[in-house]
Amino acid sequence: MNEFKISMPARYIINSILLAAFIVAGLLITQSGLLGRAQNANIISVGIFIILAVSLNLPTGYLGQLPLGHAGFMAIGAYAGAIFWRADLLPQNASIVAGLLVAGLAAAFVGVLIGIPALRLKGDYLAIITLGFGEIIRVIINNFDSITGGARGLHGIPRYSSFVIVYLCVIICCVAIHMLMKSRHGRAILSIRENEIAAESCGINTTYYKVMAFAFSAFFAGVAGALFAGNIGILVPGEFDFMTSINILMIVVLGGMGSMAGAVFAASILTSLPLFMVALNEYRMIIYALMLIIVMLFKPSGLLGTYDFSLSRLLEKLIRRLAGKKGGADNA
Amino acid sequence: MRDPKAPLIPERDHNKSPVLECVGLGIDFGGLTAVDDFNITISPTEICGLIGPNGAGKTTIFNLLTKVYNPTRGSIFLEGNNTKRYNTKDVNKAGIARTFQNIRLFKNLTVLENVLIGLHNEMDYRLVQSIFRLPSYWRSERIARDRAHELLSIFNMQDIADHKAGSLPYGSQRRLEIIRALATNPAILLLDEPAAGMNPAETESLMEHIGEIRDTFQIAIFLIEHDMQLVMGVCEGVAVLNYGKLIAKGTPAEIQKDPRVIEAYLGTGGQADA
Ligand SMILES: Nc1ncnc2c1ncn2[C@@H]1O[C@H](COP(=O)(O)OP(=O)(O)O)[C@@H](O)[C@H]1O
Ligand SMILES: [Mg+2]
Repeated sequence: MNEFKISMPARYIINSILLAAFIVAGLLITQSGLLGRAQNANIISVGIFIILAVSLNLPTGYLGQLPLGHAGFMAIGAYAGAIFWRADLLPQNASIVAGLLVAGLAAAFVGVLIGIPALRLKGDYLAIITLGFGEIIRVIINNFDSITGGARGLHGIPRYSSFVIVYLCVIICCVAIHMLMKSRHGRAILSIRENEIAAESCGINTTYYKVMAFAFSAFFAGVAGALFAGNIGILVPGEFDFMTSINILMIVVLGGMGSMAGAVFAASILTSLPLFMVALNEYRMIIYALMLIIVMLFKPSGLLGTYDFSLSRLLEKLIRRLAGKKGGADNA
Repeated sequence: MRDPKAPLIPERDHNKSPVLECVGLGIDFGGLTAVDDFNITISPTEICGLIGPNGAGKTTIFNLLTKVYNPTRGSIFLEGNNTKRYNTKDVNKAGIARTFQNIRLFKNLTVLENVLIGLHNEMDYRLVQSIFRLPSYWRSERIARDRAHELLSIFNMQDIADHKAGSLPYGSQRRLEIIRALATNPAILLLDEPAAGMNPAETESLMEHIGEIRDTFQIAIFLIEHDMQLVMGVCEGVAVLNYGKLIAKGTPAEIQKDPRVIEAYLGTGGQADA
């Protein structure tokens, strides 16, 4: 009885139904007019930050590296997506999908370009190189003002980031990273975090998997960037500064390095916090810092540690408990 | 007296070419010559011991063989191929697997995951196939999991497959490292002090298992060990290292009688306690 397990196909079906229900419920709520404009925009923001946090969790929590330029990849995706959408080459729905792909691929391409030299070196070079990269990207965007609008900003970006689009991207991002991590590729990434020499001695091409994790992460950061552009309609390079990278990193650390559920949880809380505490908005950075200190003091592994949430596992537990109770009664 | 350069080949390997051959291998760390002019030939199903006092350079030789360090001098041939251009990963793919003196398990991962990582290159599905969970993913994963359980059963560890590797007792961690190394399907297995930290009963059982592993997998085993009883009991050939230099090579019986070995390693006090 205690061995009860939901079979794999059933698990996928249950999870798909739950996710579909989530999208439909969210769609109904956002369309119903129950929420104000600010709240709707915030829900979109939460989704974008979930993607950013979950994607940054891959090179930090799973791979064990410290990239500091996530906002840089977000910027590449934002401008690539926005420029593509403004060009208006395709019918709307095709344009949305193609724009998101262009954004992700552009960011992933740059991720590979800087990942190969940065990740071949052992040690903390990645932090330094990505830090520099994040700043350089802004300078480049500022200077190519014929394409990017420069410091004046890029205006008139179609507002494509609806609830459904954003949360479909959230789901795709979480599912893709989950599938990656539960495969031989994901285990190779984890083995590098755990012990790089042992990983190499097991025949694992560590440079390849580091770059893969990094590029994967950059891809979704790029997608999040495009969604960001499609949410506010205007892009200025200042949005993607070092502090943005640090904010995303803080979400990952708070949620628990290596926990996707933690990243989702912390992103939701930290992103919607200002909405509930408008008065406290001025002190946001202080609150973040305090939260970080408190979590580091009492739970250094982050709110959820490396725990990963699974709906079907929760269901299994519930069924087991019910079955256990019945069994107990029979015995008595 | 046997010529230390002459290979020592167990009878069943007489007509086979060696699996591993080192020629004039050496490495300097700054001014320190840690290993110098190291020559050895190991045949395909030989169990060969490497002994010597602490700091003699034994672990360094394993690090040279697996390219954790690049040799300053000399060559390493694996099944006849020069490994000059190989890095650590290539060496493993070409057939050398190892354990570490300071255990290097993937501590926060489960026992099963540790073995599955060893089986990484035995699985063949690609990234796209895993993300979309195509049939090749399921097939390959199922085969790998069965294989992992089979390997774990060598040391009767299949029931603790879900435990965190870091939570295992010391002896089990050493055994898991051997299993992980075996999972990479090597031609030669390097064991760096496999019995260190084990009690006499565990050491005894390990000795039997080392013999069994050789017989089952038909591989060569090259092991560093301080426990003389284990070395003398299980090895067919023994090489003795002192100050980075090979000072003797022979059968365990020959080594025990060799005056230079007694002088350098066993101390001038007399015979080995084994
Ligand atoms: N990376 C290194 N840098 C400098 N010296 C080293 C390094 N690795 C090993 N050595 C030196 O090489 C010698 C042999 O060490 P080692 O191979 O670990 O000995 P053992 O025979 O006990 O395994 C020691 O003197 C050690 O200090
Ligand atoms: Mg040693």
